[in-house]
Amino acid sequence: MGTADVEAVWRIESARIVAALTRFTGDFGLAEDAAQEAVAEALVSWPRASPANPAGWLMATARRRAIDAIRRRAALQARYALLAADPALDQEIDPDRIDDDVLALMFVSCHPLLSREARVALTLRVVGGLSSEEIARAFLVPVSTVQARITRGKKAIAAAGVPFELPPVGERRQRLGGVLSVLYVIFTEGSTATSGDRLLRPDLAHEAIRLARTLAALQPDEPEVHGLLALCELTAARFPARTDPDGTPILLEDQDRRLWDLPAIRRGLAALARASRRSLGPYCLQAAIAATHASAPSVEQTDWARIVRLYEALGRVAPSPVVDLNRAVAVAMASGPVPALAIVDELIASNRLPGSHLVPTVRGELLTRLGRLPEARADLELAARLCANQRERSVLLGKAAALS
Amino acid sequence: MSKYMLIMRGTDETNKALMASIDEAMAATGRFIEDMMKAGVLLAAEGLDDPRQGAVVDFGGDAPLVTDGPYGETRELFGGYFLLEVATKQEAVEWATRVPAVPGSKIEVRRVAEADEVPQGESNGQI
Repeated sequence: MGTADVEAVWRIESARIVAALTRFTGDFGLAEDAAQEAVAEALVSWPRASPANPAGWLMATARRRAIDAIRRRAALQARYALLAADPALDQEIDPDRIDDDVLALMFVSCHPLLSREARVALTLRVVGGLSSEEIARAFLVPVSTVQARITRGKKAIAAAGVPFELPPVGERRQRLGGVLSVLYVIFTEGSTATSGDRLLRPDLAHEAIRLARTLAALQPDEPEVHGLLALCELTAARFPARTDPDGTPILLEDQDRRLWDLPAIRRGLAALARASRRSLGPYCLQAAIAATHASAPSVEQTDWARIVRLYEALGRVAPSPVVDLNRAVAVAMASGPVPALAIVDELIASNRLPGSHLVPTVRGELLTRLGRLPEARADLELAARLCANQRERSVLLGKAAALS
Repeated sequence: MSKYMLIMRGTDETNKALMASIDEAMAATGRFIEDMMKAGVLLAAEGLDDPRQGAVVDFGGDAPLVTDGPYGETRELFGGYFLLEVATKQEAVEWATRVPAVPGSKIEVRRVAEADEVPQGESNGQI
């Protein structure tokens, strides 16, 4: 067995191993270190002799490394001395408990006391089983930066004495929202890269989908979990049509809808159906918007009035200038550019999206439709200056140039 | 991420063994499916019914020739599939080793070709 085999088993087992070890030791940082040591050992020993039960080997080795660490620390701290004598460490994984432990692991990794970057890095490494190198590649940052975020995150959790348990019922919804937002940050970075020379990083988006599927399996009664999964599936279903072979973005109206991933659309619609119809949380509403697009044969035949209503509802439950901007786009499609321009100009007057390339992008499009070409061109050029994604920028400059 | 299909390939003998302890087999498969769902990798899973319920369409002659039942003298029978979305082939293979399969049967691990690419490796002309 080679490196790829070790990584494969680790991808499947990491969350369960770290969760079980954190349960045994009560120390998330120690558990994660011990699990990483086990992976490092596997990379050395598996190529020489393949274990009969790779998953069991990883768990047993990680547990031994955790015990070693506890014994070393026991000499220094009374807390670990008690733990070193605790027979719980020799127990097997309790199948009735492991699901809650994996869930608790997601809550710890997405704890509100951590920075957003630390939450993303910890979730991908600990729950998703990615290496620091893979995370660094996905986010275009140095490996040392990812490692520092993980180390600082583990220290912050230890220093705050965050208990390894499911959040109390009163806080559960809000904390779950925190987990969902971390998964969505990972997804959006994959679906619209904020920097770099590629628009899409589909593998990163699919990591988020995989984590959302796990969360949906562990929290089947939470509508917003299914809503997030639906939103991600429906958005990712359009990836094959969103860029041309060179990686240049293709706008929704120009996309070849035959390239949309129909099974992914079906999975997205099924996830949306599992989210209760009465629950109108922000992810369910966004998924409903994505579902309206995914079910339409063309831009012209899209139910834009429904999309306007969904954006209005979204603006009520999760007010945001980006939602207003998207509503303006939908209003333009449903009722024409004039009422849409009023929404955009209101956004500009209140300066609610300063520095965003999206506002002048939309305004430029609306002005183009109104025939106010010099103004449209100025807005599109401004948008290009503000845009950090090179692929999007060249599309904007192309549009501006076409107006002269 | 790539999609892989784990295709269950049994024989008359393994199918008989499966039917002899179908309740246990169903329970084990249910647990396996749950594990894959919790790992976030399962896209679809279906089992195929008795081949006598099906038919074979043979394109060997001028017109397609339809015969009821299983394919000719073949001793190997597709029994069903799991469709997974995983990071690597090794991960798909690791899941395949965990299928609660009847001794004597096989699991074929095949990558699903994406819309924007040709199938990897040599094609045998079949889909």
